Amino acid sequence: MTTYGEAPVVKKRVEKKRRGFFSDLIVRLIKEKPLGTFGLVVVILLLFTGIFAQWLAPYGMNEIHLIDRLHAPSSQYLLGTDQLGRDLLSRLIYGARVSMIIGLCATALSTGISTVLGIISGFAGGKVDLFWQRFVDVWMSMPSFLVLMTVMSIIGNGMFQIIMVIGISGGINSSRVIRSAVIAIKSNMYVQSSEAIGCSPARIMMRHILPNIMAPIIINFTIGIGGAIMQEAGLSFLGLGVPPGVPSWGSMLSNEGRQYMEAKPQLALWPGFCLTLAVYGINMFGDGLRDLLDPRLRGGIGRYSLSEKRLKQLKESVAKKQ
Amino acid sequence: MGAYVVRRLLWIPVTVILVSMVVFLLVRFIPGNVVDLIIAEIQPSAGTAVIDRAAIEHELGLDVPVYVQYGRWVRDIVTKGSLGYSLNGHRDIASEIGHRLPVTLELGVMGLIIGIIISIPVGVYAAIRQDTIPDYILRSLAILLISVPAFWIGTMIMIYPSIWWGWSPPMELIQFGKDPLGNIGMFLLPAIVLGTGLTGTSMRMTRAMMLETLRQDYTRTAWAKGLSERVIVIRHAMKNALIPVVTIIGMQLPMIIGGSVIIEQIFVLPGIGRLLLEALNQRDYPIVSGINLVFATFVIIVNLLVDLTYGWLDPRIHYQ
Repeated sequence: MTTYGEAPVVKKRVEKKRRGFFSDLIVRLIKEKPLGTFGLVVVILLLFTGIFAQWLAPYGMNEIHLIDRLHAPSSQYLLGTDQLGRDLLSRLIYGARVSMIIGLCATALSTGISTVLGIISGFAGGKVDLFWQRFVDVWMSMPSFLVLMTVMSIIGNGMFQIIMVIGISGGINSSRVIRSAVIAIKSNMYVQSSEAIGCSPARIMMRHILPNIMAPIIINFTIGIGGAIMQEAGLSFLGLGVPPGVPSWGSMLSNEGRQYMEAKPQLALWPGFCLTLAVYGINMFGDGLRDLLDPRLRGGIGRYSLSEKRLKQLKESVAKKQ
Repeated sequence: MGAYVVRRLLWIPVTVILVSMVVFLLVRFIPGNVVDLIIAEIQPSAGTAVIDRAAIEHELGLDVPVYVQYGRWVRDIVTKGSLGYSLNGHRDIASEIGHRLPVTLELGVMGLIIGIIISIPVGVYAAIRQDTIPDYILRSLAILLISVPAFWIGTMIMIYPSIWWGWSPPMELIQFGKDPLGNIGMFLLPAIVLGTGLTGTSMRMTRAMMLETLRQDYTRTAWAKGLSERVIVIRHAMKNALIPVVTIIGMQLPMIIGGSVIIEQIFVLPGIGRLLLEALNQRDYPIVSGINLVFATFVIIVNLLVDLTYGWLDPRIHYQ
C-alpha cells in the first residue's frame, strides 16, 4: 500500500518545483478550494475597482448636484444621491479605493512590524524576549478598539494617521504569532548547524528562519487586510477615521446613512453591503490559503479525513497498479 | 501548578501598573483642553467678568505636573478605591461606572452565551460532515458572520423593521427589576449583533479542532471498540477539542468590549461604551483613564482564568 501510494506523490512534487511557489499556490487554490477561489475573484474585482475608480465611476466622488439632493435610484443616478446630491454609486466605487489603500498599507505595515519584532524576540530569547512579551501583554490587555479610538482622537483624522494606527497596533498583536513560529523553527537541527559553522545571527534570521515562517506571514497578511478594513470602517463610523469628504464606506454609513436612514435607507444599505462583500471575499481567500499553507490542516488518516471520492480514487489507483 | 499560578499572579500588578501609566498619559495628549470647554460653557452666564483660569485649573487639580497628578490618581485608587471625579460636572467616576456596568455586562454576557450556544454544536456538526454540502454552507456562513460589520447589521435592524412593519427597538432602558422579560427582550437583538463575530470565530475553531481530534488514535480506538458515533463525538472528540475554543473565546473578550461601544451607540443603551465616547468628546480625562483601566484589569483577570481552565479541562497539561 505504502509503496504504491508514494509514487504519484513524488511525481507531483517535481511538477510543483517547476511552477514556482506562488503560481503553484494559485493553481492549487483554484483546483482544491472553490470557496477560496471565489474570494480571490472578489479581491481582484475590488482591486480593479479601486485602481480604475475614476474611469468606472459615472460622477466624481465629491461632485455636488444640489438640485438632485436625496434623489431616488434612477437611470441617471443608479443608486440615488445623498443629501448633497452626490452620486452614491460613484462614492461607493471610490470607497473601494479608500478601503483597499488603507487595508493593504496598514496590513503591509503591520506584517513588517510583526515579522521584524517576532523574529528578533523569538530568536534572541532571554531578556529581550521577556521584556518584549511583557510589553505585548500590556498592549493586548487594553481593549484595542478603545486604544485606537483614544489615539485617533489624539492625532486627528486622516488616511495616513489611520494607516499608522491600525498598522502599528496590528503589528504588535500579531508579533506573538510570528514569535511562536520562530521558536518552533529555532530548535531545528539546521539552525543549530548554521550556528555551529559560524553564521551571523542576521544571516540565520534572514536565510534560515524567515523562509520557513513564510506560511504564517502570508496567512497573517491576507487575514489582516479584512480586519484592517473593518477597523477603519468602525473608526470612521464613530467619526474618528478618514477626514470628511473622503468616501469611506464606514463614514458613508454613519454620516449620510444614519442621518437620512428613514427617508433613504439605501444610503445605509449599500456602503455596508460593499464592506461586507469586500471583507467576506478577503476572508474566504485567506481561509483557502491557510488550508493550503498550514501543514496542520492537511488531510491525515482516520475515519473522517478521507472523503468518499478520494478514497475511491486511491482504491482505483492501487487496483490499477496491481 | 502552584508555582505557575503564583508567578502569573505576581505579573498582574506589574501589568496593571504599566497599563495604568499608559491610560493615564495617553488621554492627556488628546488635543483640546477641558478648561477651554468649561470656560466656553460658563462665559455667556458670566457676562463680561473675567474668568480666573488658574482657579479652575487648581480646582480640577490640573495645575501640578503630570507625574504628581498620576501619583494622586493612584493614591486615591489604592487608599480610597476612588477613580476620582469627572472634570465636567464633578461626578464620582467609580459610581458612574458602577451604574452603567450592568448594562454593558448584560450585553456582553448575553452576546457570549448566544455565540457559544450557536457556534459549538454547529462547529461540531460541520466537522463530522466534513467536505459535504452542509459543511460548505456552514463554513461560508461562519466567515460571513466574521465579515459582517456589527454596526451595519445594527443600523439595518434600526431601519428596515420600522419601514416594513413599523417596529423599532425600544429607546428607553427597561429595568430588569421592573420587567425581567422586557429587559431580556430588549437586550436580545443587540446581544445577537454583538455576538456575530464571536459566533463565526468560535464556530471555525470548533470545527478545526474537532477535525484534529477526530483523526487521533484514541478516536480510532473508540471506533474499533464499537462505541456509538454519539459517544465518540461527544465524549472522546469534543471534550478534547474544546480546550483551544475556550482560549479563543477568552481572546475575543477585548473585541466584545470594543464592539459594545458601537452597539451601545446604535441601540442607545446607556452603558460604559457610551460613557467613554461622551467623555472622549468632552476631553474628560479621568473618565477615559478610569474606564480603560477597569476594562484592562478585567481582561487581565479573565486571561488568567482562561489559562487556568486549561489545566482543569485537560489533565495532561501541567504548569511549571
